[in-house]
Amino acid sequence: MLTSGVVLLAGSLLTPNPGLIFWTAVTFVIVLVILRKVAWGPIISALEEREKGIQSSIDRAHQAKEESEAILRKNRELLSKADADADRIIREGKEYAEKLRAEITEKAQEESKKMIAAAVDSIDQEKRRALDVLRNEVADLAVKGAEKIIRTALDADLQKKIVNSMIQDLSSKRN
Amino acid sequence: MKRSNLIQPKALFRVFAIMVPLLLNFSGGVAASAAQHEVSVKVEASVPEASAAHGGEAEAETPGVVIMHHVMDSHEFAFEPFGAIELPKMSIPASVPFLGGLDISITKRVVMLWIVAVALVLVFTIVGSRYKVMGSRKAPSGIANTMEALVQFIRLDVSKANIGHGFEKHTPFLLTVFMFILFCNLFGLIPYGSTATGDINVTLTLAVFTFFVIQIASVKAHGIVGFLKHLTVGTHWALWIIMVPIEIIGLFTKPFALTVRLFANMTAGHIVILSLIFISFIMKSYVAAAVVSVPFATFIYLLEIFVAFLQAFIFTMLTSLFIGLATAHEGGHDEHNTAAAHH
Repeated sequence: MLTSGVVLLAGSLLTPNPGLIFWTAVTFVIVLVILRKVAWGPIISALEEREKGIQSSIDRAHQAKEESEAILRKNRELLSKADADADRIIREGKEYAEKLRAEITEKAQEESKKMIAAAVDSIDQEKRRALDVLRNEVADLAVKGAEKIIRTALDADLQKKIVNSMIQDLSSKRN
Repeated sequence: MKRSNLIQPKALFRVFAIMVPLLLNFSGGVAASAAQHEVSVKVEASVPEASAAHGGEAEAETPGVVIMHHVMDSHEFAFEPFGAIELPKMSIPASVPFLGGLDISITKRVVMLWIVAVALVLVFTIVGSRYKVMGSRKAPSGIANTMEALVQFIRLDVSKANIGHGFEKHTPFLLTVFMFILFCNLFGLIPYGSTATGDINVTLTLAVFTFFVIQIASVKAHGIVGFLKHLTVGTHWALWIIMVPIEIIGLFTKPFALTVRLFANMTAGHIVILSLIFISFIMKSYVAAAVVSVPFATFIYLLEIFVAFLQAFIFTMLTSLFIGLATAHEGGHDEHNTAAAHH
């Protein structure tokens, strides 16, 4: 144990060794230069590229999420708008149909009234015409009867009586 | 049946009780002589190394000497008991200016540094080429994935977290420092290896690099004037005579602390493991080996693996922290407090 102390005091462990310092410096510098070129350059650039790639992927994912959310919102808006539109169209259709129905009904009623009026008119006309025809017929008949009578017996009084009674008959029959 | 069950543990205990003194060498039995033989073999094997390391000085082969020899540099790469490789001794020719006559012998630590350098270059060439082929769309696998975890940790949690703005410039240096120290630490744990970072010269050199990186970053961030102004910490001019020397010392204490921390940690682990192993030789006992040396040394060894990562991380972490403090633009006072807190 004493000798180890002697060795330490002699400074063996802490003696400067210029040769080792020289070789360490040379070796370290060479290793630094080689590794910088061979390893650190490619590795660090690859890592940085990957970091950028990851960042851009995250950014893109966020962007895509935002975009899809915007699209969803827009779709919802469109859907609600379409719903409202459909409601409005149905309502309008119903209103229109209602109106149309009312109009048609009104028109039909008017038409029917008009037709009824026309029918009444034509019935009156027909009645009048039939009466005219009847009157002519009756007059003809009367003339024919008179002719017959005149041909068979030209007795003035009798004839007068006959004519009168016939007229009377006719008129009573008519009424 | 019942009786034999009762008797057997007792009998075993008796046998054990007789064996213990024998094994602990209280009466100099057969087992003890075997242990002694082991030690003598060990001592004989390491005598030549010791004499080589200490210039042929005849020295007693105590555990302390063996341990110190183990944690020090040497001019040969020993593979006990298979022999040793003599490493070349050389120096820069005297005609070269500045460095003339410098002893640049290839020592064991230099060989370890080179092994580490080759391993680093090999591993990271593979990893780097994987990344070149892979592109950013695919996930890494295998060794690339393992190294990516470390690289990402140093890049984000150490470099980016402490330096902040402009951390990209310093990341390659920090990564290299981390990997270099980590590999040195781990290679030192392989038998026959030597921990390069357990040598103060190596850690000193790394810390000097750190020192320069910190000062250059500081000058780049604030300019020469800002750098000098930084030394006054914004105090009244009358205090400069105290503040400026303190700040200048502060510049050097940071790398000094890094140097000593790494060196001491790595050396201490090895000394503890060797001391635990030597307990069995000192006590000349197999029981001590089985009960104390092997389990405790194994535990410390596992701890050393953790410490290898930890010290590499701490060195890198503090380097990046100092760079961050040197380049920070706002508020001179808090950063000095945080720096002081870390010392």
